[in-house]
This record gives sequence, C-alpha cells and structure tokens, in this order.
Amino acid sequence: MDVTEKEIAFLENKADQIREDIIKMLLEAGSGHSAGSLGTADIFTALYFHVMKHDPKNPDWEERDRFVLSNAHICPVLYATLAHAGYFPKEEMMTLRKLGSRLQGHPHRGMLPGLEASGGSLGQGISIAVGMALANKLDGKRSRVYCMVGDGEEDEGQVWEAFLLAGKNRLNNLAVVVDRNNIQQDGFTEDIMPMEPLKGKYEMFGWHVLEVDGNDIRSLIGAFEEAKEIFEKPTMLLAHTIPGKGVDFMEFKPEWHGKPPDKEEAKKALEDLEQIKTLGGRIIGEHQ
Amino acid sequence: MDTDPYLADNIFSEPEQIPQRNGYGDGVIEAGKKNKNVVVLCCDLVQSTRSLGFKKAFPERFFEMGIAEQNMAGIAAGMAFCGKIPYIASYAVFNPGRNWDQIRVSICFSMANVKVMGAHAGVTVGPNGGTHQALEDIAITRCLPNMTVIVPCDYLEAKKATIAMADLNGPVYMRFGREKLPAITTERTPFQIGRAETFRQGNDVTVIACGSLVYESLIAAEELSSDGVDVRVINCHTVKPIDKDSIVRAARETGAIVTAEEHQAHGGLGSSVSEVVSGNHPVPIEYVAIMDRFGESGTPDELMAKYGLKSPNIIDAVKKVLKRK
Repeated sequence: MDVTEKEIAFLENKADQIREDIIKMLLEAGSGHSAGSLGTADIFTALYFHVMKHDPKNPDWEERDRFVLSNAHICPVLYATLAHAGYFPKEEMMTLRKLGSRLQGHPHRGMLPGLEASGGSLGQGISIAVGMALANKLDGKRSRVYCMVGDGEEDEGQVWEAFLLAGKNRLNNLAVVVDRNNIQQDGFTEDIMPMEPLKGKYEMFGWHVLEVDGNDIRSLIGAFEEAKEIFEKPTMLLAHTIPGKGVDFMEFKPEWHGKPPDKEEAKKALEDLEQIKTLGGRIIGEHQ
Repeated sequence: MDTDPYLADNIFSEPEQIPQRNGYGDGVIEAGKKNKNVVVLCCDLVQSTRSLGFKKAFPERFFEMGIAEQNMAGIAAGMAFCGKIPYIASYAVFNPGRNWDQIRVSICFSMANVKVMGAHAGVTVGPNGGTHQALEDIAITRCLPNMTVIVPCDYLEAKKATIAMADLNGPVYMRFGREKLPAITTERTPFQIGRAETFRQGNDVTVIACGSLVYESLIAAEELSSDGVDVRVINCHTVKPIDKDSIVRAARETGAIVTAEEHQAHGGLGSSVSEVVSGNHPVPIEYVAIMDRFGESGTPDELMAKYGLKSPNIIDAVKKVLKRK
C-alpha cells in the first residue's frame, strides 16, 4: 500500500510535535530519559498513526493490535504518542513523574488507558508481547502484537529466552522493533557489551529480520507492512535510530540516555526541533 | 463459627498416602474442563510437576517453555492480559525463586491473573540437596502486594485450591511437595481461600500449621491429649491474605501459639502469625520451622527429623510455650 507524500508529511509533523512534547515533559518532570524517547518518535508515530489497528476511544477493544514497550524507560515517547492519539487529554502529559499522576516514571498497567503492560525491569516486556502473540494464536485472532526492545536491553538474558520461544512457535503475528541507537546508560553498547552481529543473531533465533532507518517514516511503514506478509516467522525490525534525534547537542551522546534537559537546554532543544520542522517548508501552516 | 472439618477417619491409623503434586495435576485438569481460558506453561518438568495430565487432556492449551522460568512468568502475564488464566509450573526454587522480579513487575504490579505453581517445595524433596529445597518461597511471595499465597496440607486440599484459584482474579502462589503425604482431608472438608480451618478444637494452646506440618500437628495434638493438654490445631492453608479472625480468636481463647511449617522461620507462616498476634492480642509464640539454614541431601524423613519438623518437635514447642503462658 503506497503512502502518499501528504500522509508522510503529516506523520513527520506529528513525530516532531511528539518530540517537542517530550522535551517539555522532561523539563517539567526534572528527570527521565531523553535520547531514546526522541530517537524513537518516528517509530511510535508510524505505529500509532498508520500501522496499528486500535481505537483510542475504546482502548480495551478485543480485536485491537497491541504494543508493548519493553525498554520502558523511554515511556515519555509512549505517553506523548498516546496523548496525541487521543487516549487521554494532552494537558496530562505535563504531570509525568509527579505524585498522583497516571504517567508514572515507568509505565504501570491499569493506570492509564492504552498501556498494555507495566515496565521498568528490562527484558520483561518482550516476554509479555510473546505471551500476547501466543494467546492471540490460540484464540485464532488476527490481531497483531508489536513490541519495542532497546539494544542495551538485549544484555538481559530474558530477551533471548523470549526470542527463542517466538522463533520456536513461529509467531508471525509478532513484530518487534529493536531501537538500535548504540547507546546505553554507561556508554556505547559495543563498549559495554558487544552485541554485533545482531542481524545474524536474530536470524539464527528463527526471525525474519528487516534492517531499517528508524528515523525514516516511509521506510518504517514499508517494513511494518512487509512484516505482515511474513507467514512463517516473527519479524524483527532492526531499526537504526539517532539517539536524541532532532536536538543537535543530544544526538549520538550516551550522556543523554538517562537525563532530562534543564531550562536553557530545553529552550535550545525546542529551537532545534523547530528548525527541523520547517525544513523544506513542507509543513508550514499546520503548526504556526 | 467453626464447622466440622470432616477429616479422614484413619488419620491416626493408616492414612492413605498421596503426593500433593498430584492434587495440582488433577486439579488443573478440572479447572481446564470448567474454564477454557485455563492454560498451563511448564519449564521442561511436565512429569515431576504433574503438568503432564493437562498436556495430554488439552494439548493446544499447554505451552512448553524450555528451561526458562523468567520468560515463562512474562509470557504468562502477556497471556493473562489477553484473557487467559495461566498456571505456570516449575520447582519452587526456580518459580518463584529465579523469576521473582518477573513475578513482581510483570505479574503482581500489573495484577496479571497468573497462578504460580511451586513444586518440590521444602526439605522433603530430599536427596536433590539444598539447592533444590525451597525454604524461602513463602517469604518472597507473601511480601508482594496483590499476591495470594496458599500452602495446602494434602493431596485433596491442593486439588481444591488449584480449582478454586481459577475463579480468583489475581496472582496466586501455591507451593506443594514431591513426596507422598497422609490424606487428612476429605471431599466434605471445607475449603475456602483465605479462611483457616480449625481441624481440632482445644483450649490450652493453638498450633497453627500449614503444608506437611498440619499432619504432624494433629499427631502431636493427639499425643498431648493423653497428657491432658488440650491442643487446638488450625490449618492455615492461606498464608496471605491470612485469616486474622481465627488467629486472634486462638490467641484470646488459648493464650499461647505454636506455628509449624516446612520453611524458614524468617518470613513464613510463623512471621505472618506473629504480625497478627503482636498487633492484636499478644501471647507467647514458639516456632517450628527451619532455623536460618540451608538444607542438604538425605531422605525426606531423615531431613524432617534433622531439621526439627516432626511431631515430637511440635510437642516440645507446645510444652515450651505453655511454660511462658
């Protein structure tokens, strides 16, 4: 299915809005994870505004596709996406990490519409997603399950237990996105724990692997659509993303994995994002 | 308030001997017949956990996880979020031992309707040795919010608990042993999750026990009665939520308590009872339990004797607590 230029422009603009809100949320919260949240905004936008079958007005719809965030520390991007999709009022985004908020520092299932799982202990979300895919198979449901796993998260052994089982059970109703941004809390992934070759590892675990530019919405949509056509295996989108995408001083910097911007930095970040948004002049008008 | 426990009439002669794990195995088949959402997940231990019967009865609803308890707990949570009622079975040392964090976050924190089945619990697993003897599992599960913890006393109670927990929406941990145990209860014996049952009336002292120690407590009470000591025996199969009313009543009416369990004294049934008694009606308590040590290889009987978990140990504890009354 071809996606029109107009639709891509709409989605890119949406991703930029989500990035802006991430910066504002993190500034207000005073703590949280910047780099991964910004880097994956395009993936979240592709999923929630094009790929997934879901209904924000009916979050418990039985036939919905489900998304599980396994690297749950980047939940600001999930929260901002859910708010933009209409799961809860946008004003609530600014309550992130505050007492009484439904937007907990890491997602707490049941507190906020649209959250399919709790997270925060790495390695667990992928197992939950595999369980959902198994249950949907058992029920003969055509719904799909999506999951995001961080590249640093793959240091956890549980991730590979889950990958093995998904391969064994040929869960073609499951598509996992690996956020391959090459950074984790203490530095670059290949210094902390070398993971390459990742593509070969996934293939040997029984997965269909698609390498994709994780900041290119058109490529992402193409990959998600291709995954639906794979009938024998689960699909892994090895998504190369730029950590801190859109904010010049954050991009590719491991030190931005786990901290929020301060007031000055947030101002600069929003200026950077504004610059991206108006590049090429494609989307002037909608946002001004 | 107390109903007749309708216990087996041959407890003190030659009680029938059946393993508790068969109670889980038979119970989960019943639960599966009653509710098509019941599924079983197991980590390469279908025979010894007694999950094999379910696998044969409902092959499409059985899922082999391989030796991966952490993944099993997470997968069960995901299935539960899709409306399934997963029973996850492995040895208690691994499940909930090895996958405690997954049980905490994916299951309890998220209110996933998952039933954690801890097999081969306690020293009675015997020759396998200390690594395989789960003696901390009650402590590490009862501290988790939203969790229900059940320690059945025999085959039939394990079976009833297995069936009943399918109707309880939320996480449950049940521990059970490998070895044959005397059949104490009958079909008529009342069972309700969260309600302790008084198996023997008495007014001098109360023994509150769970699991394999319920039988030992009944034997101890019988012997003590010939010495003129009138022992109440409570089967506290649900360690959490604990039946406060029965415990406070026992403290008030008998003035002394002994707890008995095949588990560390720290954090188990004895601790639970102490929390209730100290906060409501303080009376002297003695503990029959594993005293802060790991197990070792040996026959079940040898180990129960060595670690002080037999009826003579309960009798000693009763005499000791009565002196403190």
